[in-house]
Amino acid sequence: MQVIDLRGISCPTNFVKAKLALEELVDGTVAQILLDDGEPVKNVPRSLKADGHKLLGLKQTEEGHYILELKKVDE
Amino acid sequence: MADVKQTKLDLNNLKAGGFIKERGKDLFTVRLRVPGGRMSVPRLKKIAEVAEKFGGEFVHLSVRQSIELININFKDFDAVVEALGEKDQKVASCGARVRVPVACGGCEYNPNGLVDTQKSALEVDEKLFGTPTGHHKFKVAFAGCPFDCPKSATNDIGFQGAIYPALDKDACISCGLCAKSCVPKAIVMGGDNKPLFSNDPCIWCGDCVKVCPTGAWSEAKRGYTVRIGGKWGRNPLVGTLFATFLPEEKAVQFIAAVLEWYKQKAEGLGRIRLGDTIIKEGPEELLNHLRQQFADYIVAETIAPQVIATQIGK
Repeated sequence: MQVIDLRGISCPTNFVKAKLALEELVDGTVAQILLDDGEPVKNVPRSLKADGHKLLGLKQTEEGHYILELKKVDE
Repeated sequence: MADVKQTKLDLNNLKAGGFIKERGKDLFTVRLRVPGGRMSVPRLKKIAEVAEKFGGEFVHLSVRQSIELININFKDFDAVVEALGEKDQKVASCGARVRVPVACGGCEYNPNGLVDTQKSALEVDEKLFGTPTGHHKFKVAFAGCPFDCPKSATNDIGFQGAIYPALDKDACISCGLCAKSCVPKAIVMGGDNKPLFSNDPCIWCGDCVKVCPTGAWSEAKRGYTVRIGGKWGRNPLVGTLFATFLPEEKAVQFIAAVLEWYKQKAEGLGRIRLGDTIIKEGPEELLNHLRQQFADYIVAETIAPQVIATQIGK
């Protein structure tokens, strides 16, 4: 599983980093994106959806951050 | 006998105002009409050209999205109007009239925007700009979503884009993104791991619809939340709720109906704003007037515009 760790990175840098990381993956790859609570978990999933990726689910970890699972979709 | 040189001016240019006296002798600020703050690049270039030729060293970006030309000699009014006209740039208004509406960027490129505020601002500007109220100024603002960057409720009429969400439980994959995105906590995840929606805290921002990966959340209704009676200045008032989900294409007609009520009810009250007129007459009066044309969108009850105590503590 591809893991893109964006913890400790604030908006909009986290979203741009996610875009750069997703560029490296082939179409259809499932990736996990680690996001902090607050603005990041509120903003980044929506922006990735708007970029055309398929969001699969969101889980909160015991440490308090979130794991967003998505499938990379090429335009 | 001295040869007196007389300045000739087309006084029609001054009818809606927009030429504002400055400190210096003969100098005026010319307030330009920029509905919704949208400025095409060719028009911006023309304004720069006119400012360079007739104005001072800078222009001023007003708080209501106008570009104001500074230090214009009144003798140049006709030449300024003519030059701006080459790119269809018009002069704005001042005084007891309907002002140029302000608006956020809307929905064409801004991902938060729920409605086309730019279109609404242009329509209102085209149909109602400069209408004399007989009493006081009249300001309108359009916000594309409930985050409300334009502070719509501080206007005589403030419009705020809204969508009402509906859930298709079968399409829901229980990811919880909607609940996480819902700042007012109108959506929480229920015992069956499906979202539970409560209407009261919902501000109709549509974040749930935007984040939902499967389209389980969709919009059931779209339109404007309308607050009336706001103003700022010496005695601030915040406008209160009069209509919900007003269709975008009814905005002009709605404003016209409010103006009609204001013109009539403020008769004999002097220089009074709409909000103070509502406080005097009672909000029920205006609700009833609006129900005649907009029954489907008018709220069952409301409160008068709210006084904001900004002087306490001195």
